[in-house]
Amino acid sequence: MPVPMAHILILSAMLFTIGILGLFLNRKNVLILLMSIELILLSANINLVGFSARGGDVVGQVFAMFVLTVAAAEAAIGLAILVVYFRNRGSIAVDDISVMKG
Amino acid sequence: MTELSLTEQLALFLPELLLALGAMALLMLGVFQREESGRRIANLAIALTLLALLSALTLPTERAEIFGGSFVIDSFAITMKALALIGVAAALLIGRAFSETQRVGRFEYPILILLSAVGILLMISANDLIALYIGIETQSLALYVLAAWHRDSVKSSEAGLKYFILGALSSGILLYGCSMIYGFGGGIGFAEIAAAPPSAGLTIGCVFALSGLAFKISAVPFHMWTPDVYEGAPTPVALFLASAPKVAALALIARFTLEALPPHAGGEDILTILAIGSMILGAVAAIGQANLKRLLAYSAIGHMGYALIGLIAGGEEGLIALVVYAGIYLLTIIGVFCSLMALRAETRAPQNIEELTGLSQTQPAMAFLLAALLFSLAGIPPLAGFFGKFYVFLSAIEQGFVWLAVIGVVASVIASYYYLRIIKLMYFDDPDISLRMELSPSSRFVLYASGVFALGFILAPRLLSEPAAWAARGLLGLP
Repeated sequence: MPVPMAHILILSAMLFTIGILGLFLNRKNVLILLMSIELILLSANINLVGFSARGGDVVGQVFAMFVLTVAAAEAAIGLAILVVYFRNRGSIAVDDISVMKG
Repeated sequence: MTELSLTEQLALFLPELLLALGAMALLMLGVFQREESGRRIANLAIALTLLALLSALTLPTERAEIFGGSFVIDSFAITMKALALIGVAAALLIGRAFSETQRVGRFEYPILILLSAVGILLMISANDLIALYIGIETQSLALYVLAAWHRDSVKSSEAGLKYFILGALSSGILLYGCSMIYGFGGGIGFAEIAAAPPSAGLTIGCVFALSGLAFKISAVPFHMWTPDVYEGAPTPVALFLASAPKVAALALIARFTLEALPPHAGGEDILTILAIGSMILGAVAAIGQANLKRLLAYSAIGHMGYALIGLIAGGEEGLIALVVYAGIYLLTIIGVFCSLMALRAETRAPQNIEELTGLSQTQPAMAFLLAALLFSLAGIPPLAGFFGKFYVFLSAIEQGFVWLAVIGVVASVIASYYYLRIIKLMYFDDPDISLRMELSPSSRFVLYASGVFALGFILAPRLLSEPAAWAARGLLGLP
């Protein structure tokens, strides 16, 4: 029996919300922000693959492959910037990212 | 429309192809010729950009879709690509001067700019959701690295980190919106989405996608990153951020709202909220700023609001206003950043507005140019910026958005306060410190070209308004 589309949509909406909340409620660690961003991208991927399987249309799966590639590049660049930042600041606490304000 | 052969399709894709292959070739050159290759790579990158500009201008002017409808080339795409490539060339010219004076000659700077330029061109030509997403990401990923370019500076790396986190969040929101549009709109091509029947899921997707796009032009309420990134990033990078990517994002929003958004998705309401918020915040929040680059960031937020009015007004006049506004803003802001880079208080560039006090006594020529550019940004006749605002407000009034034009005029009057404050400091106060000028020939060229444009636009407005009219007709499918 195929999974109903509503279940897929609810799952992806939950993952998306967890990702957004993780970005805004987390005050501890920038690494958790990176994980939250990853969750958001994956929730979109679940949608894409779900719709693709449901509609019998392969485009969504191709889109999901592109997203996976971009997500990998994004994680690499994010971690590199994080390392540079840690060298200069000596901390990756979210509350410490506040040299510039206004 | 007949299907084009692969060679014909690649010929239409030539500007992107040149930049992408050229950037990779230059990267190889830089890696294998370690010493003293920085200057040569910078020169080659400028030549490559000019070549891409030339090939973009010689593209056939009829609308053509390539790669299965993923990319579209029409007069709108050609005009916006030309504008964006001018911004790229300016960023490269100034970056070359910057790396010579600052002794941070690393060869990656021009290559990252070129890679970002590939993304910019893809964004302008995007005709389906995959092309849109890949274009935005190609452009942004290079920009995240560029914002953190001064890797020994806390400010620069913080700017990179903030830009990355907020940029990735906005890409995520955009992508979630795209996935909903794909599911409920029944396809990823812009034409398919426009023909989709109304549904709640499609509306949610369109709202999410527009929010993600609004982040890229730093429209309120997605503007939080702009002041911090402009302040922390090195000035040539801030110049680049303020010019070409903004033009590309405006072009993408214009194409997306006109060709993809179904009329029932509420795109106009969203754009109106973005425009009003940006104009008001750009005018009010900049008043208290002491830092020059933060001030320019808030001014950029406001200017994107004015440009959006053209899109909301719609029709041929509205689109002409949008293209003219984007062009004038791009060519003016380049000059402003360039003059900030040329000035030196002891060894560093001036950071605060107060440091420009009495500039007319120490550097009269520079003070005159900077004053002309700031007057142009404020929209005071007879300078270029006035005509941008004039076209935008006129189109809004003609299409019945009088109240929007009134808000715009009020916001631009408030905003002129902070431009005039800088000019007052430069002309009517006595200097405490003497600023020096360090202008290399290439940045002198950019600065003078931008100054001449701001002062002389009134003599030949057709140079910009005619291509804009051609672009608007191309996007609307008019003859």
